[in-house]
This record gives sequence, C-alpha cells and structure tokens, in this order.
Amino acid sequence: MPKKIENVGCPYCGVCCDDLVVTVSDDGRKVLEVENACAIGNEIFQHASSEGRISLPRLRQPDGTYKDISYDEAVDYAARVLIKAKKPLIFGFGSTNCEGMAAAAKVAEKAGAVLDNCASICHGSSFLAIFDNGYPSCTLGETKNRADVIVYWGSNPAHAHPRHMSRYSIFPRGFFTGKGHKGRKIIVIDPRYTDTARVADIYVQVKQGQDYDLFNAFRTVIRGEDIPDEVAGVKKEQILQVAEILKKARFGTIFYGMGLCHSDGRNHNVDIAISMTRDLNDFTKWTIMAMRGHYNIAGPGVVWAWTTGYPYCIDMSKKDRAYMNPGETSSVDLAMRDEVDAFFNVGTDAGAHFPIEAVKHLKKHPWITIDPNICMASEISDLHIPVGIVGVEVPGIVYRMDNVPIQYRQVLNPPDGVISDEELFERIHQRISEIEAEEGITQTSAAAAGTQTSFVGE
Amino acid sequence: MVDKLTLNMITQRSIEEGIAMEKGKTTQEYFEACSIIEMNEEDIRTLGLLPNQLVRVTSECGSVIVKAIKGRQTVYPGLAHIPQGVWSNQIVPPRTQATGEPQYSGFPVTVESARGEKRKSALECVQGAVGLWNGE
Ligand code: SF4
Repeated sequence: MPKKIENVGCPYCGVCCDDLVVTVSDDGRKVLEVENACAIGNEIFQHASSEGRISLPRLRQPDGTYKDISYDEAVDYAARVLIKAKKPLIFGFGSTNCEGMAAAAKVAEKAGAVLDNCASICHGSSFLAIFDNGYPSCTLGETKNRADVIVYWGSNPAHAHPRHMSRYSIFPRGFFTGKGHKGRKIIVIDPRYTDTARVADIYVQVKQGQDYDLFNAFRTVIRGEDIPDEVAGVKKEQILQVAEILKKARFGTIFYGMGLCHSDGRNHNVDIAISMTRDLNDFTKWTIMAMRGHYNIAGPGVVWAWTTGYPYCIDMSKKDRAYMNPGETSSVDLAMRDEVDAFFNVGTDAGAHFPIEAVKHLKKHPWITIDPNICMASEISDLHIPVGIVGVEVPGIVYRMDNVPIQYRQVLNPPDGVISDEELFERIHQRISEIEAEEGITQTSAAAAGTQTSFVGE
Repeated sequence: MVDKLTLNMITQRSIEEGIAMEKGKTTQEYFEACSIIEMNEEDIRTLGLLPNQLVRVTSECGSVIVKAIKGRQTVYPGLAHIPQGVWSNQIVPPRTQATGEPQYSGFPVTVESARGEKRKSALECVQGAVGLWNGE
C-alpha cells in the first residue's frame, strides 16, 4: 500500500513550506505524488527517486575520469587533504540540516579550516548591516496575521520563493487580516518589471544600483522634509504617495532580497533599509525581513553563532581562536587572493554559482564536493562524495527565513549505502584523529599548552 | 543601428532556473533556462538583432554567448538580465566591495551579435575553464 505522509517540509527555498503531503511507494523508494508544493518543490521530490543517482564516492583518476571508491576510502582521502592543507576552506551548507552543519564545524575546528556558508555570496551583506544597525524583524506568522502593507524591495518571490505570497503576504487571511488580498496593499520596488511587480498594487521602478538614494528620499519625506522632483528614476509624487501608505499602515513588513545585497552599496543598502524601518516605527509598526534563499541557509548562521561565536566567514586556521572578517575571510575573496589550499564544496554548487574566476583559483588545489547530486562542482572535483537528500531521505532541523526552526522529515530511504552529511563529517573527524594518532601529529601549541582545547561546542 | 552596445547587467534567480536546476544542471531545460539574456526591445532593435539571435556578452573579466530575448519580466533600456547560473557566472566580476559578495548585479557589459557562433553547454563552460573539458 502506498503511504501518505503529511506535514512534510520542502527542502528548496527559505519559505520552508511544511504542509506538503507526499505519497510514497510500498518499498519507500519512490515518490508517487506531491501535494501543495510549488513546481520547484515538486521537482525535488520527483528527482530524488529518479534513475541516475550516485550511490558511491567517486575519485578523479589521472586520465580525468572518475572511479567509484568506498566511503571508507573517501573519508580517509578527505581527512588527509584536511591534514595536509594549511588553510582549507569548507563552504556551502545551503542544502543540509543543522546536524550536518554542527558536525562540519567540529571538522573545521580540528582541521584549522575556514568555515563559510552561502550567505557569504548571498545575504552576507545583511549580516554586516544587522551587526551595525539591529534587526527590527518578526516571524512570517506575524506578517500573515497582522500586516496590511507589504513591500517587496529587490526581491522577486514569484520566481525565487514561489509560495511566499500565497502563504504569508498577498493572499492568506490572517487573524487580524481577515479580508486577505482585499485588505492588503502590496508595493514592489525593483528595476525590473518582474512577475511579482505584476501582482502588486503599486510598482516603483527604481534605477538599478540607486536603491540607497531612494531609501534616503523615503526617509527624508517620512521626516517631513522636501526632496528633488525625481530620485533614482522615481518621481517625487510617487515617493510621497508610497511614503503616506507606509506611514498609515497598521502593520507593515519589508521583504528585501538580492537586489540590495548584490548591487553597489551592498550592506549599506540593507543598513538604510533597517534605518527606514526604524523611522517608520515612530508612526506605526514596521518590520523587515531578509528573503533568505535556501531552505536552511539561516541554519549555519544560527548553529555556528552558538558553536563558534560567528555566523559565517569563520577563520579557524589559527586553531586557538575563531576570527571573522568578511572581505578578508569570505570565500570568494580568499579564493581570489589564493589564500586557501583545499576546497570542500558542501551542499551547494560553487562550480555554477561562484564567478568563474574564483572557481579557477580554487581549482588549483584539491577540491572535494559533498552533495547528493551531480552538479558543476561535482564535475570538476577530485573527489565527489554523495550524501542523502535532507528533507527527502534524511530528517533534521532547518531554520526558516525568519529563523524559526522546523523539524524536517524523511519520506524516502536513501539509495543503498548512502550516508548523511552528519555521519560523513563525524567519520572524517574521527579519521583525522586516527591519522594524527598513527602519525604522531601533535596539536597546535595553544591546545598543547592547555590554553584552549575546543571552542566549537558539542 | 550599432554593432556594440554597453549595458548594465544584473543576474538574478528565475523560476525556470530553479525547476531546471533540480532536474540537473546538465539537462536541456537548464541550458534553455539560463543561457539567455533579457534585453529591452529598444536595445534589441539598436543592435539590429533578429528574434532569438545569439549574442556575445563581454564584461571586464570574460565573455559568454547567450540567446537574446525580450523576456516576460521586462527591463528598461540600458539594463539587461542573465538568469543566475553557469552562463551569468562566466562574466560576473569577483570583486566584492570588501563584503564577500561578488558583483552579481550592476556591472557594465558590451553586447554584440554572435551570429554563426554556438552557445557552450554548462559542462563545457565550467570544465573548460579549469582544463577538464574533453569535448564530449
Ligand atoms: S515555496 Fe519554496 S519551500 Fe515552498 S514548496 Fe516552493 S520551493 Fe518548496
């Protein structure tokens, strides 16, 4: 009898829909039906049970081809690469669970690695701004139940977070927002007339790269001062009109995305967005939220902040302390300066998503990919270690874009023999200890002197 | 009409990319979803391009051949969009303004006709960049 599993979480985007119903075959090997997911979520579950999954680690041979090896051999290879490297970089974690992230942090500490996650190339700018200026945020539930004005600024949920609008902003009827769509105003601010802009009540076309100026204009008129006739390509009348709506809201949320983080200004764009949110709180209740991309990309920020003290760009190469300085200890900058001498691509695809110049630099050194699927990173690696797909074959905790933790389920069995990220990192950790013991490798002087043995909490 | 046009490039997510990526980055769906450039009609006309014509897009750090389309999500004249993915990252400048984040959006490119040339596959782009492409 096929089995229907309810309340399944979707391991794709930061909306973390946990209302999926997945029907699987008798033997727990095949997904037969997925209900409630968007097209992308649906594809993830279908793909998991498709042919062509890799079930053994593959090691690059001198002739350029891959050869299957055992997990023991792969673990040994990875451990030796980490021991040999002076400053390995362990990057990714967009698509794994918190348990895997915690295990990876232990390995990074032991190996004296730099530990970084996809925020480094995504919402890292948000971290920088939030450190400086705070984060007047809320949960998605609060937005759903209370918000009557919603701003999407430089974010395009119709494409990147397909169910965000139906679950939390435009369409749902919340506790205090019983009229659903009718009772809400949606404002979209973007240089492109996106599919999200199409469903907005007001579309503001800002000139690309001039978001900061537009925020400044809003802050100025909200304070009651005058502005020029046009700012960042937007007419004064429209700025005044939108500012009035923002001030008159009962509860508002600004959802912002890569339009701010990836453009000139980076963290400064987010910083002034936070300041505007704060200004608006002189009039009414306003909140702001980063549209985090992957389903658990908020996870490493939370897990590593409590294990190492920092959310990303964590340099542990000095072994007795962790150090974070984005721009210096961030993955792409380290790559471009040739400062790292081994690269672990974990639950992401740096081969496709890093600028190709950074890929070329990283590829001068051993490159190991840990990921369930064939991707660009796996196809240029020296070693590819497949793992189970979190949320489909491996259960675990993930943090939604509003930092709410959610327990994800397992609906399928992984391919025979395939292990989880967590188990893999635990085995690599153990193997490093064994090799160090066998070869009499001593710990760092600080650790040997007993000043510090571990800063990564268990 | 001109041979070459300088445009401001942005690279962002698309749902087509998202779905295709989960099928696999070596699939035809991914190729079609990501090896395109969306331009304003006026700029397409200025370059004298035919519908769906291939163009060469060159930034300060490389170039890539993609298919020029108007796209459903429109850009204003002077702005262009290549969906996030393998092709966009052939030209994204790695400079980060000391934040760690590359210049994925807002960098100058030139666009010119590439009639008679071919788009590279995802694997050819990436493996080719690191000397692993064997031409299959
Ligand atoms: S909106 Fe995001 S989390 Fe929800 S089903 Fe779609 S991809 Fe999955």
